[in-house]
Parts: sequence; structure tokens; C-alpha cells
Amino acid sequence: MAKQLTKDPFNIIITGVGGQGNVMASRVLANMLVGKGYQITIGETFGASQRGGSVMSHIRVSEKSSWSPQIPRGQADIVVALEPIDAIRVLITYGNPHCLVLTNTRAIYPVGVIAGELNYPGQDEIRKTLTDISAKAWFLDATEEALRLGNPILGNIIMIGATVGTDVLPVTRDDFKEVIARSMPKDKLEMNLIAFDRGVEKIKCQ
Amino acid sequence: MSILADRNEGAQVLLMGNEAIARGALEAGMGVAAGYPGTPSSEIIEGLSKVASELNLYVEWSVNEKVALEVAAAASFARLRSLCVMKQNGVNVASDFLLHLAGSGIRGGMVLVTCDDPGALSSVNEGESRHFAKMVEIPLLEPGDFQEAKDMTKWAFELSEELKTLVMLRSVTRTSHASGNVKLGKLPDAAKRAEFRYDGFILDLDTGIMISPPVTYKHGLQQARIARAREIFEDSPFNTYEGPEKPELLIVTSSACNLYSKEAISLLGLKDRVGLLKMGTTWPLPPKLLAKHLAATDKVLIVEEVIQFLEDNVKIIAAEKASAVGVKTFYGKNDGTIPAVGEMNPDIVIGALAKIMGVTYEAMPKDYEQKTQPLTFSMAPNRELTFCPGCPHRASFWNLHVALEKDGRKGFVCGDIGCYSMGLLPCGYNTMKTLHSMGSGTGIASGFGKLGQFGLDQPVLAICGDSTFFHAVMPALVNAVHHNANITLVVLDNSGTAMTGFQPHPGLTVSAMGESVPALDIAQICKAMGAKVEIKDPFALEETQATLNRLMEDTQGVKVLILRQLCGLSPEKKAKKRYEVSVDQAVCIGEGCGCNRLCTRVFRCPGLVWDEEAGKARIDEVICAGCGVCSFVCPSGAIRKQEVA
Repeated sequence: MAKQLTKDPFNIIITGVGGQGNVMASRVLANMLVGKGYQITIGETFGASQRGGSVMSHIRVSEKSSWSPQIPRGQADIVVALEPIDAIRVLITYGNPHCLVLTNTRAIYPVGVIAGELNYPGQDEIRKTLTDISAKAWFLDATEEALRLGNPILGNIIMIGATVGTDVLPVTRDDFKEVIARSMPKDKLEMNLIAFDRGVEKIKCQ
Repeated sequence: MSILADRNEGAQVLLMGNEAIARGALEAGMGVAAGYPGTPSSEIIEGLSKVASELNLYVEWSVNEKVALEVAAAASFARLRSLCVMKQNGVNVASDFLLHLAGSGIRGGMVLVTCDDPGALSSVNEGESRHFAKMVEIPLLEPGDFQEAKDMTKWAFELSEELKTLVMLRSVTRTSHASGNVKLGKLPDAAKRAEFRYDGFILDLDTGIMISPPVTYKHGLQQARIARAREIFEDSPFNTYEGPEKPELLIVTSSACNLYSKEAISLLGLKDRVGLLKMGTTWPLPPKLLAKHLAATDKVLIVEEVIQFLEDNVKIIAAEKASAVGVKTFYGKNDGTIPAVGEMNPDIVIGALAKIMGVTYEAMPKDYEQKTQPLTFSMAPNRELTFCPGCPHRASFWNLHVALEKDGRKGFVCGDIGCYSMGLLPCGYNTMKTLHSMGSGTGIASGFGKLGQFGLDQPVLAICGDSTFFHAVMPALVNAVHHNANITLVVLDNSGTAMTGFQPHPGLTVSAMGESVPALDIAQICKAMGAKVEIKDPFALEETQATLNRLMEDTQGVKVLILRQLCGLSPEKKAKKRYEVSVDQAVCIGEGCGCNRLCTRVFRCPGLVWDEEAGKARIDEVICAGCGVCSFVCPSGAIRKQEVA
């Protein structure tokens, strides 16, 4: 765990495709930070406008105050992507050479790709690009791991675990447990903790 | 337990702007809340409905915004504090009653919350509700962060009672749907008691009848209230200033633009040169406060979203006080420094500020920018909007598309507001040809349906959802039946207000508070109006298509086809597959099929993907919702479905 923020405000972007549990992941991570006494601002877009579209949550972490719910261009410190091309999409606007990126490797094809109108880049190309445009890039098979656990939606919790596993943020597994125990039915707690731990392990093994 | 009912006074919690507004209303002791769902406003009524029984509230999703305002007004007339919530275009719907309510005045504190959507992130307009406050002469408040969203809502009730007028609180998407730390206040324990008094002197506002006449007398009272609000606002703690005593440039802003401006000043390192005047009370503006800050600077930048409102009102004060404050140079929307359309963000303010102040700013290093910008085209293919996998609307539009093609007379669909608005996009096979406000598809179709005498011989269809049917389609349908318009109305009945999160509507048996209520039957209503009514399942493709073709050929009056199938995201259906769907790649002929890849190029479901390596279609089992509709689409029969036990 990091002792404190490396920057104020520290800027986190969680991105993915509508339906991947992006909003839930951002709430969980933000509540963990609120528990540590930080001032948090989350900016989100959701609703009908996001059906099948890219979804982004901007999380600002500060010791002092609220910040804009939209992060300015080029100001992301860490990007957590539930889908690989959305990691690239976010970095194009919000990235910089110091930005860290964690990405789930499972592709969700845009309809334009399915229809043959657009091209989806190959996995090697994605890895090369993300490594090239970030300070450090981690690649995780979070959806596959979630499927092994029995539910693909757990991919978002695996990614939260991985984010905590990087030791960049001043939060721990206990903070996760506390937040999840407050917001989830008891019977789901254990599975979420397992998913979280799998995420941490995936980072520690890299 | 809901955080809205948390009695842990002083606790720091993370609240969405909408939750903060709801909490503020609860801390004010509000008793009745009503609204109609619409992004970005829906979570306010939704959140209140969940704590209604615990806190002895009455909360309802009304049939539309006008009725919601009337329901909330009744509570106010009976001396309860009441809240009414809607999105920006809802104010248009409610505006007739709003005008008269401003005239009659209120009793219990009453607050109208409108959540505007600059940039139309979840709308088909970027309407501006602030102008209504000025037009009907009621005070307007705009929270600049999350704590304020709560505190200002609470205060709005007190202000409303002091002035005996409705108060409007305007939020925007980036406040309503953003979240931040909020320190909780006290929830009152006082019991609420309703009584409507009407036997006092006719002009007595507390005991007489509630009416807007005598009009000029009441109008005068309303203007006196606004004058009093102007005085109160001079000392409001919601108007704040940060910056040097004599700034080179004064930014005047409100709402979410407060945080964008603060960010821009910080990133450009202009704290010692630029002042930030954040206005929380934006109508009427307090002239003395404005004059004080205007006198301290020569240049003024107004940062706000959508149509200029703050800018015009600040300029009026600057003109009136010109002899005292001197001549100013104004920057804003009028001179093009700030765009007049779309939503704002920190980068737009940074750009404006850098230009005025003559400083340079690089958002990212040049070489990084050069490396990343071309990736938009090569590495980040756009995600166009589409219906969710398993969405009944995809099946309904496929049926309409096929039936219209078969009919061959250039028939078309007039649409309105819902997820099904996407029927104008490729995901709806571009079937929808008009899109305006709630219910307007049916009204427009009613008009098209009378153009036969001028030679219009195309089949005319309208489409609406079940919630929209009750909201605004019924009067249009009455019009179409009464005038014998030759149209077919397709009602996409997915059993809930699906787009905004399954809020109940009059067609369902459960209310917002979870109570059993009588449901109104859409089919019976249409029959009673005199329309011919049929009901089908859109997943039964062939039957639905044949019905559509038959109805389009029937040239006598109004036909209604109700397509009934639960939304794929409904709690009853979510994450439960009806079918296990698969593609038999031995049967799929790929590009050689001659169908032009009907399954992927035309049908366009995110769960049915193209396997580049195999050159054949494939199901993505993580995305597929198991509706089985695509099995009817493949001419080779390669898409198989098997009922899940």
C-alpha cells in the first residue's frame, strides 16, 4: 500500500463498455478512499446514451477539496480498463508518459467491427501500443478468470484487486472488504473477496 | 439501509449529486415528492421512494411532469414541504401549470428540481431550464458542488416558505451524475400533518383559496417576492469569491462550471491574477454583490453552459451600475470565447483563460501527443450506440424493417423518446424517420395520416414505449382516432420505464413505494378509444411481420399493435439466458452465403460476432443474452438455439 498520494489531485480513470460493471467498480474504489479520509470526486456518464458505448468513470482523489468531475486532457495518473481498446481510447485523450495502465485483455467488439466496417487491432499490437504510451502497462485475463469463478461480471472486482495490488493507492484489502460488506448481500461477499484476491495475485505474479 | 436515511449526523459520505439533493430535501423535512423519470434526474425520486415508508413520505412517479408538479403543489397547499423533480424538457411539459403556480403562490415550502443535460449526453435536446425561472418569476438556485447540492436544497425549502413562492433548483448532468464527499446533516423527527384551508379571506395567502387571479394583483405580489429574493441573495453563503482583491480577470460562473473554472485557474497557475466569483443564486442576481466584484476588475469572463443566461443578467447589472463600476470588457458566449453549444469541461475553460491571460499551456508533451493522436483511427475503433444484447427493440425494429421492405411503398416510422429512439440508427435499421419529444411520434403520424387527400400514399407508422404511452401518447391517439387518421401505432411494451432504470408507470401493478396499485391496460385503453388492437411477441418474428404487413394494408383508421416482451435488463430477466445460442460453423457458409452477412453486417447484435480467422459467425458467450432472435435471421439455419433447462 502506498502511504500517501503521489500527486494532488490524483486522477484515476476506470473505463469499459456499458454493462461491464464500470460504475460499480468506481464506487467501490472511491468509497475505499473516502474511508481513508480523502476528498473524492467521481464523474460518470451513464444512461441510455451509453448502450453498447464506451463508459468512463473519472475519479479525483485529493486531501483538500472536490475537483472537476471531468479530468482535464493529459492528466490521468492511472487508467484501469475493462476492455483493451478502451484503454487506448482513454490514453489518447487523458494519457501522458507517466501514466500507469491496467487492462483486461478480453475484447468486446464494437458493432462496427462486427459489421466489418472497422478494424479491431490484434492483441500483440494492443500490448505494444499500450506499453509504448504508458509508464507501465499490466495485462490481465480478468474476464477469463471471472468465468472460471462462474460469473463474467466479477471481472470488474478482479481489476479492482489488481489496482490495489500495484501498491500505487493508499488502500488495502481490508478497505475493500469493509466497503463490499456494506454494499453487497452477505452471500456475495466471499466470491467478491476471492475475485479481489485473484486480481492482486495476477499483479504480484507479473 | 439507504444512506439517505442515515442518522449519523456529521458523517462524511460519498453521494451522487442526485443523492445529495434527495438528502437535502429529507433534512428539510420534505413530506411529498413526485416526478417523471428522465436522465439525469431519475435517482432523486428513486432514492426517496426507497426510504418513503421509513421516513413517512409519499413518493410517486407521476404520469408526466405536469401532473407531478400538480401533485407536489397539492402537498404544499396542505402545508407540507414538497419536491418535484424532472429533466430539462420536463419543465416544458409542466410549464403551463408552472406559470399558474407562480401566480397563485404556495404554502408549504416547495422546490422544483430540474436536471439539465448540456451536450445532450442522454437527451435529444440541450434545453435550458434556467430561462423558465426568469420567465415565470421564481427564484433560481444552482449548486456548484456536492455539499452545496445538499445544503442548497435544504435551504431552498426555507426560502420558498419565507417568500411564499416555488423555488427552482437547477442541476446538470455533471453534478447530478457525479459524486463527491458530503457531510450529513440532521434528519428532523417532527411529524407531518396535512390540512388544506380555504375558508379565509379570498386574498389571504394562508387561508384563502389557491388561485392565480386576480391576475395583476397576484403578479404584483410575485414581483415583490423576486425583489425580496434579490435582497436575501446579497448575503447568501452560496455566492463565493476566491482570488486576489483586484483580479486582472474576474470569472463569473455557476453550477458544474465552478469546478471546471477552479481546475483551469489551478492548472494555469493563475490564482494570484484571476478571481472566481461562483454564483449559487442565479435568478435574480444580487446587484450590490455583483457591482462590488465588477468594480475591482476591468475584464470579466462568464463561464456557463448552453444558452447565455448568467452572461446577459450580469451585463444588465454592469450597464445599470456603469457609472459606479466603470466600463468592462466582457468575454463569454456572445463574443465566442466560450462555445454556445455543447457541454463545458476544464479544457474549454483552460483554452479561454490561456488566451485572455496570454499564457501558454500544453495538455500533454508534444511528442506524446504526436504518438497518440493518430491511434484514434488505427487502434481505437469507435463504439457506436446499439441496443443491448437480448433487447426486444432490436427484434421489433427488425420486424418493422422486414415488413416495410416487403410492403414496398416507402412506409416510415415516426418515433419519440426512449431507448427505442435508437431506431433511427443502424442498430434499428434506420427505420425511424422523425424524432422529437415524448409522444410526438403519434401526433406527427396523426398529421401524416391525414395527407392522403394530397396524394401521400406511404404507410404511416408511429412507435412509442409503454411509459411514454401514458405520458403523452394518449391525447395524440385520441386525435388520430377522432380524425380517422390512417396510421399504425406500434407500442413497444417492455413492462417498465426501461431507459431510466425500470421505474414503474400506470401500466404496472406496483408503485414507486412498492405498494400494490391498479394497473391500466394499454390494449383496453386503445380499444375504448376506438382503435383496432392486436398484441404480439416481437420475438415471434414471422407472426409479427405478417401482422405488421396486414395492418399497413388496412387503410381504415387507427390500428394499434402492442409488441410485448420484457426488457433484457429487467430484474426478472437479467443474467438469465432463455436459450443457449451457438453457430454451427460447419453449416455457416461465411462470405460465400450470398446473404451479405445478414447476421453481422445487417442484424448487428453485439453478442453475434464475426470470427475473422474462421471467416464465419460466432457467438460471444459473455455478451450473448440468449434471446434466440438471431436464429431466425440466418438463411442457412447455422445459428442454433437450445432452451436452457
